Amino acid sequence: MNALAQTPTPEVPLLAVRDLHKSYGARIGCTDVSFDLWPGEVMGIVGESGSGKSTLLSCLAGHLTADAGQVIYDGRTTGPRDVLTLSEPERRMLNRTEWAYVHQNPRDGLRMGVSAGGNVGERLMAVGARHYGAIRSTASDWLGRVEIDANRIDDRPSAFSGGMQQRLQIARNLVTGPRLIFMDEPTGGLDVSVQARLLDLLRGLVREMGLSAIIVTHDLAVVRLLADRLMVMKSGRVIEQGLTDQVLDDPQHAYTQLLVSSVLQV
Amino acid sequence: MITIENLSKRFVLHNQGSAVIPVMEGAALHVAPGQCVGLIGSSGAGKSTLMRMIWGNYLAASGSIRVGHVDVAKAAPREIIALRRDTLGYVSQFLRVVPRVPSVEVVAEPLLQLGVDRDAALDRARTMLHRLNLPERLWSLSPTTFSGGEQQRVNIARGFIHAYPALLLDEPTASLDATNREVVLSLIEEAKARGAAIVGIFHDEAARERVCDRLIDVAAFAPKAAA
Repeated sequence: MNALAQTPTPEVPLLAVRDLHKSYGARIGCTDVSFDLWPGEVMGIVGESGSGKSTLLSCLAGHLTADAGQVIYDGRTTGPRDVLTLSEPERRMLNRTEWAYVHQNPRDGLRMGVSAGGNVGERLMAVGARHYGAIRSTASDWLGRVEIDANRIDDRPSAFSGGMQQRLQIARNLVTGPRLIFMDEPTGGLDVSVQARLLDLLRGLVREMGLSAIIVTHDLAVVRLLADRLMVMKSGRVIEQGLTDQVLDDPQHAYTQLLVSSVLQV
Repeated sequence: MITIENLSKRFVLHNQGSAVIPVMEGAALHVAPGQCVGLIGSSGAGKSTLMRMIWGNYLAASGSIRVGHVDVAKAAPREIIALRRDTLGYVSQFLRVVPRVPSVEVVAEPLLQLGVDRDAALDRARTMLHRLNLPERLWSLSPTTFSGGEQQRVNIARGFIHAYPALLLDEPTASLDATNREVVLSLIEEAKARGAAIVGIFHDEAARERVCDRLIDVAAFAPKAAA
Protein backbone atom coordinates (compact mmCIF):
# COMPACT_ATOMS: atom_id res chain seq x y z
CA MET A 1 0.00 0.00 0.00
CA ASN A 2 1.13 3.55 -0.53
CA ALA A 3 1.49 6.50 1.80
CA LEU A 4 -1.71 8.10 0.54
CA ALA A 5 -3.83 5.27 1.86
CA GLN A 6 -2.58 5.86 5.38
CA THR A 7 -4.48 9.09 6.01
CA PRO A 8 -6.17 8.37 9.33
CA THR A 9 -9.95 8.20 9.18
CA PRO A 10 -11.43 10.86 11.46
CA GLU A 11 -13.34 9.24 14.30
CA VAL A 12 -16.02 11.89 14.75
CA PRO A 13 -18.81 12.26 12.19
CA LEU A 14 -19.14 15.72 10.72
CA LEU A 15 -22.88 15.58 11.30
CA ALA A 16 -24.69 13.21 13.67
CA VAL A 17 -28.46 13.33 13.49
CA ARG A 18 -30.50 11.62 16.21
CA ASP A 19 -34.26 11.02 16.31
CA LEU A 20 -35.11 14.16 14.40
CA HIS A 21 -38.81 14.93 14.36
CA LYS A 22 -40.93 17.63 12.75
CA SER A 23 -44.71 17.80 12.58
CA TYR A 24 -47.04 20.19 10.80
CA GLY A 25 -49.90 20.12 13.27
CA ALA A 26 -51.15 16.53 13.31
CA ARG A 27 -49.32 15.65 10.12
CA ILE A 28 -45.80 14.20 10.27
CA GLY A 29 -43.16 16.12 8.29
CA CYS A 30 -40.35 13.75 9.15
CA THR A 31 -39.78 11.48 12.12
CA ASP A 32 -37.30 9.02 13.65
CA VAL A 33 -34.49 10.25 11.41
CA SER A 34 -31.00 9.25 12.56
CA PHE A 35 -27.77 9.06 10.60
CA ASP A 36 -24.08 9.97 10.64
CA LEU A 37 -22.40 11.88 7.83
CA TRP A 38 -18.61 11.54 7.72
CA PRO A 39 -16.13 14.09 6.35
CA GLY A 40 -15.88 13.89 2.56
CA GLU A 41 -19.06 11.87 2.16
CA VAL A 42 -21.90 12.74 -0.18
CA MET A 43 -25.28 11.47 0.94
CA GLY A 44 -28.33 11.40 -1.27
CA ILE A 45 -31.90 11.53 0.03
CA VAL A 46 -34.54 10.22 -2.37
CA GLY A 47 -38.27 9.76 -2.14
CA GLU A 48 -41.38 10.96 -3.94
CA SER A 49 -43.02 14.35 -3.39
CA GLY A 50 -44.35 14.57 0.14
CA SER A 51 -41.99 11.92 1.49
CA GLY A 52 -40.44 14.41 3.91
CA LYS A 53 -37.08 14.75 2.22
CA SER A 54 -37.26 18.53 1.79
CA THR A 55 -38.63 18.97 5.32
CA LEU A 56 -35.69 16.98 6.61
CA LEU A 57 -33.18 19.07 4.64
CA SER A 58 -34.78 22.29 5.88
CA CYS A 59 -34.66 21.08 9.51
CA LEU A 60 -31.00 20.11 9.15
CA ALA A 61 -30.06 23.43 7.58
CA GLY A 62 -32.07 25.38 10.16
CA HIS A 63 -34.62 26.82 7.74
CA LEU A 64 -37.31 25.03 9.72
CA THR A 65 -37.30 24.43 13.47
CA ALA A 66 -37.33 20.75 14.37
CA ASP A 67 -39.70 19.70 17.17
CA ALA A 68 -37.38 17.13 18.71
CA GLY A 69 -34.06 15.39 18.24
CA GLN A 70 -30.44 16.39 17.88
CA VAL A 71 -28.28 17.62 15.01
CA ILE A 72 -24.71 17.46 16.26
CA TYR A 73 -22.23 19.25 14.02
CA ASP A 74 -18.47 18.99 14.52
CA GLY A 75 -17.52 22.64 14.13
CA ARG A 76 -14.06 23.65 12.94
CA THR A 77 -13.23 25.53 16.13
CA THR A 78 -16.06 24.58 18.47
CA GLY A 79 -16.03 20.78 18.17
CA PRO A 80 -19.28 18.77 18.21
CA ARG A 81 -22.39 20.59 19.44
CA ASP A 82 -26.12 20.42 18.87
CA VAL A 83 -26.98 23.09 16.32
CA LEU A 84 -30.66 22.96 17.27
CA THR A 85 -29.73 24.66 20.56
CA LEU A 86 -27.55 27.41 19.04
CA SER A 87 -28.47 31.05 19.44
CA GLU A 88 -29.59 32.85 16.30
CA PRO A 89 -26.28 34.75 15.81
CA GLU A 90 -24.30 31.52 16.26
CA ARG A 91 -26.47 29.80 13.69
CA ARG A 92 -26.08 32.68 11.24
CA MET A 93 -22.31 32.52 11.65
CA LEU A 94 -22.35 28.79 10.92
CA ASN A 95 -24.43 29.39 7.80
CA ARG A 96 -21.98 32.00 6.57
CA THR A 97 -18.77 30.13 7.30
CA GLU A 98 -19.02 26.36 7.47
CA TRP A 99 -22.33 25.56 5.79
CA ALA A 100 -23.79 26.28 2.39
CA TYR A 101 -27.21 25.75 0.88
CA VAL A 102 -27.94 25.38 -2.82
CA HIS A 103 -31.59 25.94 -3.66
CA GLN A 104 -33.39 24.16 -6.48
CA ASN A 105 -34.38 27.49 -7.95
CA PRO A 106 -31.27 29.69 -8.29
CA ARG A 107 -33.47 32.75 -7.77
CA ASP A 108 -33.93 31.68 -4.14
CA GLY A 109 -30.19 31.52 -3.58
CA LEU A 110 -29.03 34.53 -5.59
CA ARG A 111 -29.65 38.25 -5.39
CA MET A 112 -31.03 38.90 -8.82
CA GLY A 113 -30.47 42.67 -8.73
CA VAL A 114 -26.76 42.36 -7.94
CA SER A 115 -24.00 41.54 -10.45
CA ALA A 116 -22.52 38.03 -10.69
CA GLY A 117 -19.32 39.26 -9.06
CA GLY A 118 -21.34 40.98 -6.36
CA ASN A 119 -23.24 37.78 -5.62
CA VAL A 120 -19.99 35.96 -4.97
CA GLY A 121 -18.28 38.90 -3.23
CA GLU A 122 -21.19 39.43 -0.87
CA ARG A 123 -20.58 36.07 0.82
CA LEU A 124 -16.91 37.00 1.27
CA MET A 125 -17.80 40.36 2.80
CA ALA A 126 -20.19 38.62 5.19
CA VAL A 127 -17.22 36.79 6.68
CA GLY A 128 -15.12 39.95 6.96
CA ALA A 129 -13.37 40.47 3.61
CA ARG A 130 -12.99 44.20 2.96
CA HIS A 131 -10.33 44.68 0.27
CA TYR A 132 -12.20 45.39 -2.96
CA GLY A 133 -9.44 44.19 -5.29
CA ALA A 134 -9.00 40.92 -3.41
CA ILE A 135 -12.75 40.28 -3.31
CA ARG A 136 -13.06 40.95 -7.03
CA SER A 137 -10.18 38.71 -7.94
CA THR A 138 -11.50 35.86 -5.75
CA ALA A 139 -14.94 36.30 -7.31
CA SER A 140 -13.44 36.22 -10.78
CA ASP A 141 -11.46 33.09 -9.91
CA TRP A 142 -14.64 31.37 -8.71
CA LEU A 143 -16.60 32.33 -11.80
CA GLY A 144 -13.84 30.60 -13.75
CA ARG A 145 -14.08 27.48 -11.59
CA VAL A 146 -17.79 27.18 -12.32
CA GLU A 147 -17.13 27.88 -16.01
CA ILE A 148 -18.66 31.35 -16.22
CA ASP A 149 -16.68 33.65 -18.50
CA ALA A 150 -14.83 36.38 -16.56
CA ASN A 151 -16.26 39.08 -18.82
CA ARG A 152 -19.72 38.34 -17.39
CA ILE A 153 -18.64 39.39 -13.89
CA ASP A 154 -20.58 42.68 -14.02
CA ASP A 155 -23.73 41.17 -15.55
CA ARG A 156 -26.75 40.48 -13.40
CA PRO A 157 -27.85 36.85 -13.00
CA SER A 158 -31.19 37.73 -14.59
CA ALA A 159 -29.27 37.87 -17.88
CA PHE A 160 -27.92 34.32 -17.35
CA SER A 161 -29.34 31.01 -18.54
CA GLY A 162 -30.75 28.60 -15.93
CA GLY A 163 -27.61 26.47 -15.96
CA MET A 164 -25.36 29.52 -15.51
CA GLN A 165 -27.52 30.79 -12.66
CA GLN A 166 -27.20 27.44 -10.92
CA ARG A 167 -23.41 27.47 -11.38
CA LEU A 168 -23.29 31.03 -10.03
CA GLN A 169 -25.29 29.94 -7.00
CA ILE A 170 -22.74 27.19 -6.41
CA ALA A 171 -19.84 29.66 -6.69
CA ARG A 172 -21.56 32.01 -4.24
CA ASN A 173 -21.95 29.12 -1.80
CA LEU A 174 -18.49 27.64 -2.08
CA VAL A 175 -16.39 30.82 -2.13
CA THR A 176 -16.13 30.91 1.67
CA GLY A 177 -14.78 27.34 1.80
CA PRO A 178 -17.65 25.62 3.63
CA ARG A 179 -17.32 22.05 4.92
CA LEU A 180 -20.92 20.96 4.52
CA ILE A 181 -23.23 21.78 1.66
CA PHE A 182 -26.97 21.13 1.51
CA MET A 183 -28.49 20.82 -1.94
CA ASP A 184 -32.18 20.68 -2.79
CA GLU A 185 -32.70 19.21 -6.28
CA PRO A 186 -29.61 21.03 -7.60
CA THR A 187 -30.04 19.67 -11.12
CA GLY A 188 -33.83 19.90 -11.20
CA GLY A 189 -35.25 22.08 -13.91
CA LEU A 190 -32.10 21.96 -16.04
CA ASP A 191 -31.67 20.43 -19.48
CA VAL A 192 -29.98 17.05 -19.31
CA SER A 193 -26.88 18.31 -21.11
CA VAL A 194 -26.55 21.18 -18.61
CA GLN A 195 -27.23 18.70 -15.80
CA ALA A 196 -24.29 16.54 -16.84
CA ARG A 197 -21.93 19.49 -16.78
CA LEU A 198 -23.16 20.53 -13.35
CA LEU A 199 -22.78 16.98 -12.01
CA ASP A 200 -19.19 16.84 -13.20
CA LEU A 201 -18.50 20.25 -11.68
CA LEU A 202 -20.02 19.25 -8.33
CA ARG A 203 -18.10 15.98 -8.22
CA GLY A 204 -14.81 17.76 -8.89
CA LEU A 205 -15.47 20.44 -6.25
CA VAL A 206 -16.52 17.88 -3.63
CA ARG A 207 -13.33 15.92 -4.27
CA GLU A 208 -10.93 18.87 -4.40
CA MET A 209 -12.37 20.71 -1.41
CA GLY A 210 -13.02 17.59 0.67
CA LEU A 211 -16.64 18.72 1.05
CA SER A 212 -19.41 16.73 2.64
CA ALA A 213 -22.80 17.10 1.05
CA ILE A 214 -26.42 16.15 1.55
CA ILE A 215 -28.38 16.13 -1.67
CA VAL A 216 -32.14 15.85 -1.92
CA THR A 217 -33.38 14.68 -5.29
CA HIS A 218 -35.94 12.44 -6.92
CA ASP A 219 -33.51 11.54 -9.70
CA LEU A 220 -31.96 8.11 -9.10
CA ALA A 221 -29.48 8.57 -11.95
CA VAL A 222 -28.16 11.74 -10.29
CA VAL A 223 -27.63 10.04 -6.92
CA ARG A 224 -25.92 7.06 -8.52
CA LEU A 225 -23.32 9.35 -10.04
CA LEU A 226 -22.98 11.82 -7.18
CA ALA A 227 -23.74 10.17 -3.83
CA ASP A 228 -21.66 7.68 -1.85
CA ARG A 229 -24.58 6.83 0.35
CA LEU A 230 -28.31 6.88 -0.06
CA MET A 231 -31.29 7.32 2.23
CA VAL A 232 -34.80 6.47 1.00
CA MET A 233 -37.75 8.26 2.60
CA LYS A 234 -41.44 7.53 2.55
CA SER A 235 -44.23 9.14 4.60
CA GLY A 236 -41.71 11.11 6.68
CA ARG A 237 -39.63 8.09 7.66
CA VAL A 238 -36.31 6.68 6.50
CA ILE A 239 -37.22 3.25 5.21
CA GLU A 240 -33.84 2.20 3.88
CA GLN A 241 -30.27 3.46 3.84
CA GLY A 242 -26.89 2.17 2.71
CA LEU A 243 -24.25 2.45 0.03
CA THR A 244 -25.79 4.05 -3.04
CA ASP A 245 -25.13 1.17 -5.42
CA GLN A 246 -26.27 -1.38 -2.84
CA VAL A 247 -29.60 0.39 -2.28
CA LEU A 248 -30.16 0.76 -6.03
CA ASP A 249 -28.91 -2.70 -7.11
CA ASP A 250 -30.25 -4.76 -4.20
CA PRO A 251 -33.06 -2.77 -2.59
CA GLN A 252 -34.49 -4.43 0.51
CA HIS A 253 -37.68 -2.50 1.16
CA ALA A 254 -40.84 -2.93 -0.89
CA TYR A 255 -41.07 0.78 -1.66
CA THR A 256 -37.42 1.03 -2.78
CA GLN A 257 -37.89 -2.01 -5.01
CA LEU A 258 -40.87 -0.31 -6.59
CA LEU A 259 -38.96 2.98 -6.96
CA VAL A 260 -35.95 1.34 -8.62
CA SER A 261 -38.02 -0.87 -10.91
CA SER A 262 -40.08 2.12 -12.04
CA VAL A 263 -37.16 3.97 -13.63
CA LEU A 264 -37.31 4.09 -17.41
CA GLN A 265 -34.19 2.75 -19.11
CA VAL A 266 -32.80 5.05 -21.77
CA MET B 1 -6.51 -11.40 0.88
CA ILE B 2 -10.09 -12.38 -0.01
CA THR B 3 -11.75 -14.97 2.24
CA ILE B 4 -15.39 -15.93 2.00
CA GLU B 5 -17.03 -18.23 4.54
CA ASN B 6 -20.47 -19.77 4.73
CA LEU B 7 -21.99 -17.03 2.59
CA SER B 8 -25.64 -17.09 1.64
CA LYS B 9 -27.87 -14.82 -0.41
CA ARG B 10 -31.58 -14.56 -1.03
CA PHE B 11 -33.78 -12.08 -2.79
CA VAL B 12 -37.17 -11.06 -1.39
CA LEU B 13 -39.41 -9.63 -4.08
CA HIS B 14 -41.92 -7.59 -2.11
CA ASN B 15 -43.90 -6.49 -5.12
CA GLN B 16 -44.24 -9.97 -6.55
CA GLY B 17 -46.11 -11.68 -3.75
CA SER B 18 -43.12 -11.34 -1.38
CA ALA B 19 -41.49 -14.24 -3.16
CA VAL B 20 -38.33 -15.36 -1.35
CA ILE B 21 -35.70 -16.61 -3.77
CA PRO B 22 -32.68 -18.27 -2.18
CA VAL B 23 -29.82 -18.05 -4.64
CA MET B 24 -26.74 -19.07 -2.69
CA GLU B 25 -25.84 -21.12 0.35
CA GLY B 26 -22.60 -22.06 2.08
CA ALA B 27 -20.35 -20.26 -0.40
CA ALA B 28 -16.65 -20.37 0.52
CA LEU B 29 -13.59 -19.04 -1.24
CA HIS B 30 -10.03 -18.07 -0.45
CA VAL B 31 -7.74 -16.04 -2.65
CA ALA B 32 -4.15 -15.45 -1.52
CA PRO B 33 -2.09 -12.46 -2.71
CA GLY B 34 -0.77 -13.15 -6.21
CA GLN B 35 -3.52 -15.64 -7.01
CA CYS B 36 -6.30 -15.48 -9.54
CA VAL B 37 -9.41 -17.58 -8.94
CA GLY B 38 -11.88 -18.04 -11.79
CA LEU B 39 -15.59 -18.43 -11.13
CA ILE B 40 -17.31 -20.87 -13.46
CA GLY B 41 -20.83 -22.19 -13.80
CA SER B 42 -23.65 -21.95 -16.27
CA SER B 43 -25.43 -18.68 -16.92
CA GLY B 44 -27.58 -17.78 -13.90
CA ALA B 45 -25.58 -19.98 -11.54
CA GLY B 46 -24.57 -16.96 -9.45
CA LYS B 47 -21.11 -15.93 -10.65
CA SER B 48 -21.99 -12.26 -10.94
CA THR B 49 -24.07 -12.41 -7.75
CA LEU B 50 -21.06 -13.67 -5.81
CA MET B 51 -18.87 -10.99 -7.36
CA ARG B 52 -21.35 -8.23 -6.50
CA MET B 53 -21.48 -9.46 -2.91
CA ILE B 54 -17.70 -9.08 -2.67
CA TRP B 55 -18.00 -5.58 -4.16
CA GLY B 56 -20.72 -4.80 -1.63
CA ASN B 57 -23.58 -3.76 -3.89
CA TYR B 58 -25.44 -6.99 -3.06
CA LEU B 59 -26.17 -7.63 0.60
CA ALA B 60 -25.28 -10.98 2.13
CA ALA B 61 -27.99 -12.82 4.08
CA SER B 62 -25.36 -14.46 6.29
CA GLY B 63 -21.69 -15.39 6.35
CA SER B 64 -18.55 -13.32 5.95
CA ILE B 65 -16.59 -11.76 3.09
CA ARG B 66 -13.22 -10.58 4.28
CA VAL B 67 -11.23 -8.36 1.93
CA GLY B 68 -8.04 -7.35 3.71
CA HIS B 69 -9.21 -6.35 7.18
CA VAL B 70 -12.79 -5.50 6.25
CA ASP B 71 -15.76 -7.87 6.39
CA VAL B 72 -17.84 -6.53 3.53
CA ALA B 73 -20.87 -8.51 4.75
CA LYS B 74 -20.99 -6.47 7.97
CA ALA B 75 -19.06 -3.27 7.24
CA ALA B 76 -20.55 0.21 7.51
CA PRO B 77 -20.91 2.10 4.22
CA ARG B 78 -17.94 4.35 4.95
CA GLU B 79 -15.67 1.32 5.50
CA ILE B 80 -16.70 -0.06 2.11
CA ILE B 81 -16.19 3.36 0.51
CA ALA B 82 -12.64 3.41 1.90
CA LEU B 83 -12.05 -0.20 0.84
CA ARG B 84 -13.09 0.59 -2.73
CA ARG B 85 -10.86 3.65 -2.81
CA ASP B 86 -7.69 2.01 -1.52
CA THR B 87 -7.88 -1.76 -1.72
CA LEU B 88 -10.55 -3.26 -3.93
CA GLY B 89 -10.83 -2.60 -7.67
CA TYR B 90 -13.63 -3.73 -9.96
CA VAL B 91 -13.79 -4.01 -13.73
CA SER B 92 -17.48 -4.52 -14.43
CA GLN B 93 -19.10 -5.13 -17.78
CA PHE B 94 -20.75 -1.76 -17.65
CA LEU B 95 -19.32 1.70 -17.67
CA ARG B 96 -21.32 4.18 -15.59
CA VAL B 97 -19.98 7.71 -15.96
CA VAL B 98 -21.09 11.31 -15.79
CA PRO B 99 -21.94 12.19 -19.41
CA ARG B 100 -19.59 14.59 -21.20
CA VAL B 101 -16.57 13.82 -19.02
CA PRO B 102 -13.50 13.05 -21.20
CA SER B 103 -12.30 9.43 -21.18
CA VAL B 104 -8.87 10.40 -19.88
CA GLU B 105 -10.52 11.92 -16.78
CA VAL B 106 -12.80 8.92 -16.32
CA VAL B 107 -9.68 6.74 -16.24
CA ALA B 108 -7.77 9.10 -13.92
CA GLU B 109 -10.58 9.40 -11.38
CA PRO B 110 -9.55 6.54 -9.04
CA LEU B 111 -6.15 8.23 -8.63
CA LEU B 112 -7.72 11.65 -8.03
CA GLN B 113 -9.87 10.04 -5.32
CA LEU B 114 -6.66 8.80 -3.72
CA GLY B 115 -5.31 12.33 -3.71
CA VAL B 116 -2.76 11.89 -6.49
CA ASP B 117 -1.72 15.15 -8.13
CA ARG B 118 -3.95 15.95 -11.11
CA ASP B 119 -1.20 16.16 -13.74
CA ALA B 120 0.37 12.91 -12.55
CA ALA B 121 -3.03 11.18 -12.56
CA LEU B 122 -3.79 12.34 -16.10
CA ASP B 123 -0.33 11.24 -17.25
CA ARG B 124 -0.92 7.77 -15.88
CA ALA B 125 -4.36 7.69 -17.50
CA ARG B 126 -2.81 8.54 -20.89
CA THR B 127 -0.23 5.80 -20.44
CA MET B 128 -2.98 3.26 -19.69
CA LEU B 129 -5.13 4.33 -22.65
CA HIS B 130 -2.10 4.24 -24.91
CA ARG B 131 -1.24 0.75 -23.74
CA LEU B 132 -4.80 -0.39 -24.44
CA ASN B 133 -4.55 1.08 -27.95
CA LEU B 134 -7.41 3.52 -27.58
CA PRO B 135 -6.86 6.05 -30.40
CA GLU B 136 -5.56 9.33 -28.98
CA ARG B 137 -8.29 11.35 -30.70
CA LEU B 138 -10.84 9.63 -28.43
CA TRP B 139 -9.14 10.51 -25.13
CA SER B 140 -10.77 13.92 -24.86
CA LEU B 141 -14.22 12.55 -25.70
CA SER B 142 -16.78 11.07 -23.34
CA PRO B 143 -16.88 7.26 -23.56
CA THR B 144 -20.70 7.25 -23.60
CA THR B 145 -20.76 7.19 -27.39
CA PHE B 146 -17.92 4.65 -27.80
CA SER B 147 -18.26 1.13 -29.19
CA GLY B 148 -18.50 -1.78 -26.75
CA GLY B 149 -14.84 -2.65 -27.13
CA GLU B 150 -13.72 0.96 -26.66
CA GLN B 151 -15.84 1.36 -23.52
CA GLN B 152 -14.47 -1.91 -22.21
CA ARG B 153 -10.91 -0.63 -22.63
CA VAL B 154 -11.74 2.61 -20.77
CA ASN B 155 -13.20 0.44 -18.02
CA ILE B 156 -10.07 -1.72 -17.87
CA ALA B 157 -7.74 1.28 -17.87
CA ARG B 158 -9.70 2.69 -14.94
CA GLY B 159 -9.65 -0.62 -13.07
CA PHE B 160 -5.90 -1.12 -13.46
CA ILE B 161 -4.68 2.46 -13.02
CA HIS B 162 -4.22 1.99 -9.27
CA ALA B 163 -2.33 -1.03 -7.92
CA TYR B 164 -5.30 -2.39 -5.94
CA PRO B 165 -4.31 -5.30 -3.65
CA ALA B 166 -7.60 -7.02 -4.58
CA LEU B 167 -9.35 -7.01 -7.96
CA LEU B 168 -12.68 -8.22 -9.31
CA LEU B 169 -12.81 -8.79 -13.07
CA ASP B 170 -16.12 -9.47 -14.80
CA GLU B 171 -15.42 -10.69 -18.34
CA PRO B 172 -12.43 -8.38 -18.87
CA THR B 173 -11.55 -9.82 -22.28
CA ALA B 174 -15.08 -9.84 -23.69
CA SER B 175 -15.56 -7.78 -26.86
CA LEU B 176 -11.81 -7.21 -27.35
CA ASP B 177 -9.73 -8.05 -30.40
CA ALA B 178 -6.71 -10.35 -30.14
CA THR B 179 -4.19 -7.53 -29.60
CA ASN B 180 -6.11 -5.89 -26.79
CA ARG B 181 -7.02 -9.22 -25.24
CA GLU B 182 -3.29 -9.87 -25.01
CA VAL B 183 -2.74 -6.48 -23.32
CA VAL B 184 -5.43 -7.26 -20.73
CA LEU B 185 -3.98 -10.69 -20.00
CA SER B 186 -0.56 -9.09 -19.48
CA LEU B 187 -2.11 -6.52 -17.12
CA ILE B 188 -3.64 -9.38 -15.12
CA GLU B 189 -0.32 -11.24 -15.02
CA GLU B 190 1.48 -8.08 -13.87
CA ALA B 191 -1.13 -7.50 -11.16
CA LYS B 192 -0.62 -11.06 -9.93
CA ALA B 193 3.15 -10.61 -9.99
CA ARG B 194 2.88 -7.54 -7.73
CA GLY B 195 0.73 -9.57 -5.32
CA ALA B 196 -2.86 -8.71 -6.20
CA ALA B 197 -5.56 -11.22 -5.25
CA ILE B 198 -7.98 -11.55 -8.17
CA VAL B 199 -11.45 -13.05 -8.58
CA GLY B 200 -12.52 -13.23 -12.22
CA ILE B 201 -15.28 -14.40 -14.51
CA PHE B 202 -13.95 -15.44 -17.92
CA HIS B 203 -16.02 -17.07 -20.63
CA ASP B 204 -12.85 -17.00 -22.72
CA GLU B 205 -11.46 -20.46 -21.86
CA ALA B 206 -7.97 -19.84 -23.15
CA ALA B 207 -7.74 -16.68 -21.05
CA ARG B 208 -9.01 -18.58 -18.02
CA GLU B 209 -6.44 -21.31 -18.63
CA ARG B 210 -3.64 -18.78 -18.78
CA VAL B 211 -4.31 -16.50 -15.79
CA CYS B 212 -6.36 -18.57 -13.32
CA ASP B 213 -4.61 -20.61 -10.65
CA ARG B 214 -7.85 -22.32 -9.62
CA LEU B 215 -11.42 -22.55 -10.81
CA ILE B 216 -14.47 -22.62 -8.58
CA ASP B 217 -17.81 -23.87 -9.85
CA VAL B 218 -20.47 -21.72 -8.18
CA ALA B 219 -23.05 -24.46 -8.83
CA ALA B 220 -21.66 -26.00 -5.63
CA PHE B 221 -23.12 -23.02 -3.76
CA ALA B 222 -26.67 -23.48 -5.08
CA PRO B 223 -29.23 -23.77 -2.27
CA LYS B 224 -30.09 -27.43 -1.68
CA ALA B 225 -33.33 -27.31 0.31
CA ALA B 226 -35.17 -24.87 -1.90
CA ALA B 227 -34.59 -26.70 -5.18
